[in-house]
Amino acid sequence: MRQTAVIFKRELASYVATPLAYVFTVIFLVLAGSFAFFFGGFFDNGQADLRAFFNYHPWLYLFLVPALSMRLWAEERKSGTLELLMTLPISLRDMVLGKFLAAWVFTGIALILTCPIWFTVNYLGDPDNGVILASYLGSWLMAGAMLAVGSCISACTKNQVIAFIVAVVVCFLMMVSGWEIVMGWWPDWMADWFIESVAALSFLTHFNAFAKGVLDLRDVLYFLIMIAGWLTATAIVIHMKKAN
Amino acid sequence: MIRIDNLTKTFGPFTAVNGLSFSVAPGEVLGFLGPNGAGKSTTMKMITGFLAPTSGKVTVLGHDATEQPLKAKELIGYLPEGAPSYGDMTPRQFLAFIGQVRGYRGAELQARVERVETALQLSSVFDQPIETLSKGFKRRVGLAQAIIHDPKVLILDEPTDGLDPNQKQEVRNLIANLSKDKIVIVSTHILEEVSAVCTRAIIIAGGRILADGTPQQLEARSRYHGAISMTLQGAENAESELVKLPQVASVEADQGRLVVFPKSGQSLFAPVNALISQQGWQVDELHVERGRLDEVFRTITQEVA
Repeated sequence: MRQTAVIFKRELASYVATPLAYVFTVIFLVLAGSFAFFFGGFFDNGQADLRAFFNYHPWLYLFLVPALSMRLWAEERKSGTLELLMTLPISLRDMVLGKFLAAWVFTGIALILTCPIWFTVNYLGDPDNGVILASYLGSWLMAGAMLAVGSCISACTKNQVIAFIVAVVVCFLMMVSGWEIVMGWWPDWMADWFIESVAALSFLTHFNAFAKGVLDLRDVLYFLIMIAGWLTATAIVIHMKKAN
Repeated sequence: MIRIDNLTKTFGPFTAVNGLSFSVAPGEVLGFLGPNGAGKSTTMKMITGFLAPTSGKVTVLGHDATEQPLKAKELIGYLPEGAPSYGDMTPRQFLAFIGQVRGYRGAELQARVERVETALQLSSVFDQPIETLSKGFKRRVGLAQAIIHDPKVLILDEPTDGLDPNQKQEVRNLIANLSKDKIVIVSTHILEEVSAVCTRAIIIAGGRILADGTPQQLEARSRYHGAISMTLQGAENAESELVKLPQVASVEADQGRLVVFPKSGQSLFAPVNALISQQGWQVDELHVERGRLDEVFRTITQEVA
């Protein structure tokens, strides 16, 4: 665990040291705000809630999270530091976990920085702060799951651009699989239970539950299991592919 | 003691390392020689636990590198090829990070970072991002991280590759000073380095050991070993006279310089010297060759290729 903390600290420090962190944070804040105001009709809704704000989070994450996760392992592989790390007395689990947690905490910080919009809505009206808190939690969990997906894909390649594009595509598929329109595209002969299980694995299905203010342990578990599963896959990929 | 038993590594159909066995004792500086693609780096990666062997076994001071990887890694200091490090960190941050991973905290960590800072003369660049440093400094940062925990086993993959002559000399001095009671394995394809720092050399090619001995023993395998090369003034008959000596196997002229090869086991110096004074030749230069490692290297490795 101490080793995880060492990796975590180094990673988080490297975010602060590079412009990537600032670019990410600024773009996230600007887009999150403007989507809510321009497309979400934050004011027009005439309601004191943050639905308009949270509705766009999955689509923002779709591009921003892979931009964050693409370098996690691809960069280590390319610069040769993967070899250095893996010959230090530190377990693969600690490395994978430390790097992931740093990226996840970083997205958490970016998310916390959106709190002015929360203050605004409290100033303007009397929103259900429980729903907002649940939405924040759901948003952060979803970012974590997408980061875990991105971490696994970044471990597969030394090319960050490929890591980015593939992560966007995979995250997109995992998102839209729960969309009702997409669910309608499945051919008729496909069993309902199959379509529903695919939909049940979608980020969107579970995130929407949070956004409605329903804090169900199963949704929390879903994201945590997703994270654990993709991180395990990350470790397996690194172990298998470390030579090339 | 590092023991390597029948170590083999294949990548698909390609065999990079083929049944390698040797052991290295404390105090030895083993030079690992071979042409590019000989399997040097792959062997080192298996010793350090980065790659798992396809078959065979690596034991580092009693710890199996595959079964107890963390124990073995604690004992090893490793400089990977190209000395990779995190470019956005300064040497101070980077070395502190490596020290923390190796379990040091607080004053102990501080002391160790400062010790390698001094040992590798990094003070002038200690707070600049590593990516802005010259190749020589980057290499020194890489060496610093390899020795921060004062390891019993030091494995250096081409530590002087791409450095200028002064920097090469510095790195060699450092290795020589470190190696008192350590096991050091240095891979290189620069042969002068072997005579300069190693107590033992192994030549590998095609994943197999072709020669194993002290640098002197390897030099003795050269046909130049014990040969006399000299430059004579106005001695047209020198070549024909020298060949007549019973100890001489052959004489070659090379750009105004004569190289006299001995028959095996024969010493040439006395008879050649006698002949020179007898004939009254004027000698500009004369020396006895120790043997040429590069020639041994070429002969041995080309037999495989």
